[in-house]
Amino acid sequence: MAVADNKTEKPEGWNRPPVMEPDGDGELLEVAMGPHHPSTHGVFRMDVALDGERVIRLKPVFGYLHRNHEKLAEGMSYLGSMPFTDRLDYICSLTNNWAYALAVEKLTGQEVPERAEYLRVILGELTRFQNHASSIGFLIQEMGASGTPLMYAFREREKILDLFEALTGARMMVNYMRFGGCRVDASAAWLDAARKVVAGLPAFTGEMDRLLSTNEILMARTQGIGVLRPELAVNAGVTGPMLRASGVNYDIRKVDGYGIYNRFNFRVPLGDHWDVYDRYMIRLLEMRESIRILEQALKDIPAGPVMDPKAKLRGFRPKPGEAYGRIEAPKGELGFYLISDGGPNPYRYRVRPPSLINLTVLEDMALGENVADVVLIFGSVDIVLGEVDR
Amino acid sequence: MLGEGILKGLAVTARNFAGSFVSAERLTTVQYPEERIALIEATRDFPFLVYDGAGWEAGLRCVACQICEKECPPKCIYIEKSADKKPDYVGKPQFYPARFDIDISVCMSCQICVEVCPFEAIKMDTEFELSTEDRFAGLLFDRRRLAKPNEHYRRIHPAEAAEVDARLASEKAKADAKARAASDAAAARAAARPAKGGD
Repeated sequence: MAVADNKTEKPEGWNRPPVMEPDGDGELLEVAMGPHHPSTHGVFRMDVALDGERVIRLKPVFGYLHRNHEKLAEGMSYLGSMPFTDRLDYICSLTNNWAYALAVEKLTGQEVPERAEYLRVILGELTRFQNHASSIGFLIQEMGASGTPLMYAFREREKILDLFEALTGARMMVNYMRFGGCRVDASAAWLDAARKVVAGLPAFTGEMDRLLSTNEILMARTQGIGVLRPELAVNAGVTGPMLRASGVNYDIRKVDGYGIYNRFNFRVPLGDHWDVYDRYMIRLLEMRESIRILEQALKDIPAGPVMDPKAKLRGFRPKPGEAYGRIEAPKGELGFYLISDGGPNPYRYRVRPPSLINLTVLEDMALGENVADVVLIFGSVDIVLGEVDR
Repeated sequence: MLGEGILKGLAVTARNFAGSFVSAERLTTVQYPEERIALIEATRDFPFLVYDGAGWEAGLRCVACQICEKECPPKCIYIEKSADKKPDYVGKPQFYPARFDIDISVCMSCQICVEVCPFEAIKMDTEFELSTEDRFAGLLFDRRRLAKPNEHYRRIHPAEAAEVDARLASEKAKADAKARAASDAAAARAAARPAKGGD
C-alpha cells in the first residue's frame, strides 16, 4: 500500500518505473529472455516477469561482453587506444574514432586542418546513414518481416562499406582518424565514388519509405507502443534519435557545433507521439538530413593537407589536465573523458556510451506491454552490445 | 483504403525482384569460392616483413628496433635482437631480428606497426584464407613465414609501394653520394700524405 502512495506523490516523469500489479490471482511467470536470443543483438538478458502476456517487471542484465576497455586504455599510449575504439560500437567505428580523436585533441590543444574536418563530416554522415539504415532493417526484422527490408538496407550499406574500405583499408575496424587529422588523404577518384554513392542514397530512402512507412502491419505493431515521456528521457540522460523521438530538440551537432557542423544547413527532426513508430520515422528523416549534409560537404571540400604536419603520432605527453570530447554519434551522445597526469598514457579514460544509457529506460517503456512488443521496444533503442558492455 | 500501404510495399519488392534479373546492380551477391570480387587496393589484414633481393634472410629490412613491438596495441609481436650485425640497404651495419614472431590469432589488423616503422620493413598483407587445423603453432607466424619479397608488396599495393620505393631510392642515392664523397676525401688525403712524408 505504501508503494502505491509513493507512486501517486511523485511528479510525472520522475525517474522510477511505475509499479505494475498483476490483475487476477494467477501466478507470475518469470522468463529470462536472452542471453542467447536472436533479438538481443548480442549477449544481453532481460529478466521479465509476466502476468499472462503482460510485462510486470523487466530487469536488463548486461556485462556478458565486458572486455576491460577502459582499464586497458590506461596502460596504453594514446595512439594504442584508437583501434580499440573501433570495437566499441562496431557498426559505427568512424564516429568512435572521431569522438576519441576529439577528446585527445582537446587535451593537447591540437588543431585539425580544414580538409580533414570535411573528411570527418563526410565519413561521420555516411556512418550515420548506414547505421540508421541497418537499425531500421533490424527493427523490422524483429517484427517478423524476415529479411527483406534488412537486405535492402545491407545492399546500400555494402556500397558505403566499400567506400570505407577504399579509403581506410578496412570495412568496419577502420582505425582511421588521428590526433590532428586523418591517416590518409582521399583521392579525387574516391571523392567521385562517394559523390556517386551519395547520389544514389535518396532513391534508397524513398524505397524504404514506400516499402514501410504506410504499411498497416507496421503501424499497428508500432504506434502507441513503448512510449517514452520527454521528462523521463531527459531525466534518464537519454540522447540521440531516442531523445528526439520523444520530442526534445537536442542534437549535439547543433548544440556544440563541433568540427565544422555549424557551416552546414540541416534540420533536426522531432517526434510528437514518443512511440516506436516515431523512433523509426526519426531515423528515416535523419538519413535524409545526412544526405543533405553529405551533398554540401562533398561540394565544398577544399584541397590541402589532411594531417597537421606538427602533430605527433606517438610518444607525446599531454600536460596534466582533463578533457571531455563528445559528438553526436548515430546512437546518441558519445563522449570520451580523459585525465592526463603528464605521462604517455591517460591516467583515467572513460567512455560515455549512448547505447548503455539509452538502455536504462527499457523497463519504463516495456511495463504493461505484451512480450512480443518488448522485443520491438528493445529493437527501437538501437544498441550494440560492444558499446554497452565495453 | 486499408491495405494500400502493404500493396505499395509489395510493388517495391516486386520491382526489386524483377530488377535482379535485368540489372547487374541489383544482383549484389557472388558465389564465393568459385567467383571472387577483386580486392580493393587499400585492403589490409595481417602484417608481413618486406625483404629486398633474392635471399630472404639477408634482405630483411627489419633492424629489430622493437618500436612495433612496443606500440602494438594487443601485444602480438615478439622480437629478439641479433648479437651480430649485417649491412642494410644503404650498406650501414645494423642489427637484424634473430626472432620475429607475430601471433595472428591475436593481431587485430590495426596497422599501427606499419605506421610507426621508420624502416618501411613491415607492411600489411591481403591474404585472408588462413584457416588451419592447428590453432596454436599454425597461427604463430615466424620470420620465415612472415618474410615476403618487395615484388609481393608492389603487386598488392602498387601505388603505396611505388612511393616507398622512390623514398628508399632517394635515401640510398644520398647515402651513396655521401659515401663516395667520404671515400674521395680519403683518397685525396691518402694521395696528399706521401707528398707530406717526402718533405
